[in-house]
Amino acid sequence: MEPADQPDKKPAKRKAKIAKPAIEAKPKAEKAKPDADSIVSKVLLIEQLPAPSPLHTDIASPPALMLLEFEKPIAALEARINEMRALVSEEDEMFKQLEERLKSLKKETFARLTPWQRVQVSRHPDRPYTLDYIQTICDEFIELHGDRNVGDDKAMIGGLGRIGDQSIMFVGQQKGRNTKQRQFRNFGMANPEGYRKALRLMKTAEKFGVPIVCLIDTPGAFPGLEAEERGQGEAIARNLREMFMLTVPVICIVIGEGASGGALGIGIGDRVLMLENTWYSVISPESCSSILWRSWDYKELAAEALKLTAKDMLKAGLVDDIIKEPLGGAHTDPVAMAKKLKKVILDQVAELSLLSVDDRISQRIDKFSAMGVVVE
Amino acid sequence: MAWFNREKKGIVTPTEMKREAPDGLWYKCPECKTVTLSKTHADNAYCCPNCNYHTKVGSMQYFSLLFDNDEFTELDADMISGDPLEFKDTKAYPDRIKATIVKTGLKDALRSAHGLVGGHKMVIACMDFEFIGGSMGSVVGEKLARAIDYGRINRAPVLVIARSGGARMMEAGYSLMQMAKTSAKLALLDKAGVPYISLLTDPTTGGVTASFAMLGDFNLAEPKSLIGFAGPRVIRETIGKDLPEGFQSAEFLLEHGFVDFIVPRQELKDKLVSLVAMLGF
Ligand SMILES: [Zn+2]
Repeated sequence: MEPADQPDKKPAKRKAKIAKPAIEAKPKAEKAKPDADSIVSKVLLIEQLPAPSPLHTDIASPPALMLLEFEKPIAALEARINEMRALVSEEDEMFKQLEERLKSLKKETFARLTPWQRVQVSRHPDRPYTLDYIQTICDEFIELHGDRNVGDDKAMIGGLGRIGDQSIMFVGQQKGRNTKQRQFRNFGMANPEGYRKALRLMKTAEKFGVPIVCLIDTPGAFPGLEAEERGQGEAIARNLREMFMLTVPVICIVIGEGASGGALGIGIGDRVLMLENTWYSVISPESCSSILWRSWDYKELAAEALKLTAKDMLKAGLVDDIIKEPLGGAHTDPVAMAKKLKKVILDQVAELSLLSVDDRISQRIDKFSAMGVVVE
Repeated sequence: MAWFNREKKGIVTPTEMKREAPDGLWYKCPECKTVTLSKTHADNAYCCPNCNYHTKVGSMQYFSLLFDNDEFTELDADMISGDPLEFKDTKAYPDRIKATIVKTGLKDALRSAHGLVGGHKMVIACMDFEFIGGSMGSVVGEKLARAIDYGRINRAPVLVIARSGGARMMEAGYSLMQMAKTSAKLALLDKAGVPYISLLTDPTTGGVTASFAMLGDFNLAEPKSLIGFAGPRVIRETIGKDLPEGFQSAEFLLEHGFVDFIVPRQELKDKLVSLVAMLGF
């Protein structure tokens, strides 16, 4: 459970921007130059809004974005470039120099991020969430609800999507953007019915031979009273066991936070991939700090010790691959990120479809069975 | 009772014996404060003769209670933890492991063995809480995985006795993936049609609850055990309210449908034998 690392209070302007899924912005954003800088593409996203909030007075100026400490120098330089764009030609020498400097600044900054800073990027309030990706990737998507038992968990979404002529069953945790949405989505923390809904949809996919894609983004399974009453542990445990036996290809992708059993509950796949700026571990750095150091102040140290970044998890052999993010992070160019994800999903589905069902299942089991380091 | 004359074939000299034995001749119940002879306490399956409080005993006691004549063959007895992440909090992980091995006489938080229980073949894997809170790292996961495989290959029912605070943080991602590994092995056992019995004892929480402990064909629990996914403190902090009495107790789980029955430790062996016999094992 991550107690509000990001402030809930946002400038009112933000509301307008997030109210719309990325898909609405797609046609326009695609017209933009492929290398258009991030702020510009964000402005494009905003322009797509049918009814801007009355508080959003100046739509042409860059929106008030949430900036992480290490993003500030980048944003300042971006702002300068934007000012210049209005005044000089893009062929101007100084302009070109500034753009070069921006690129190298981004590159340096992101190459040097500490594990804790990556955790911050993974929780960036502008980061695309599960539904943003699904709606951008799919030509068609039908959301499916409910666990057929106690209710519909809003923190765990799922449904059938179509990419070209490939059908995919998507499931994933869903976070919200503003205070209201966050509460509605329970901060991406699913209850048992969420895990049971996910399993129900996966079984449906299996029945019809549809590959499964799990998008993982959660600060953990919800630690609440009703969650315990309804068997949070049992729900997750059952998913682990059942996912191993699914006859269809299963691809799991950590798109933000991969916290513990809550993440693993939809994390058993033929391929487990992590976006570049995400984390995946048994506990959050904050909670680890509070337990092992008995203080909340050691989260940076804990983030390092846990080896929770995509790079470290790949090195440990606990995930299969890393999906690169646009320079500056997925939130600086959600459309490009979604395109990349789409390609990865289609490639992996094609590759996994070549295997027989038995081979796929035994390889899935063997892969996870080999994880761990012991001395004999 | 068996715990003091347990020299059996294939068993490493149990230095833990000295530690596990009740301090001296007397046992004082932490619940009702009644003082009894240690032998009386042990003969009562390590439960208080007055209030039936179930003392939190470990693998040695359960093995002696369950295996016929206290005879069993331990599996992977020498497996110990590595330090793949070079983890260091206030202490380096290998130092913590070494110190705990010396302190407890155990190699890690789980021991596994096969033998006969009431004449029936059985594999028993039992957690030891005193080893870093019974936390699950690579050794626990790997030993459990192999014990389950042993049961599957030899068609011997598998009993796992859980007593754990959850994941072992010092193994981070590796620890998390032990949940996956053990569940994978249980999926194979399930498919092979070999019974899996999970006994949940006090306490069973976190990643252990969210993996093998909840996957039994039969989930059994010892009376009054704390069993849950999230710990009570975390839940209290999340909801900002005190928890109702008896929340996350074995009885609570029975009421909500997550355990098949609660079994006092004195009756455990008989119940296990009946179960596996009725299933034809
Ligand atoms: Zn007592």
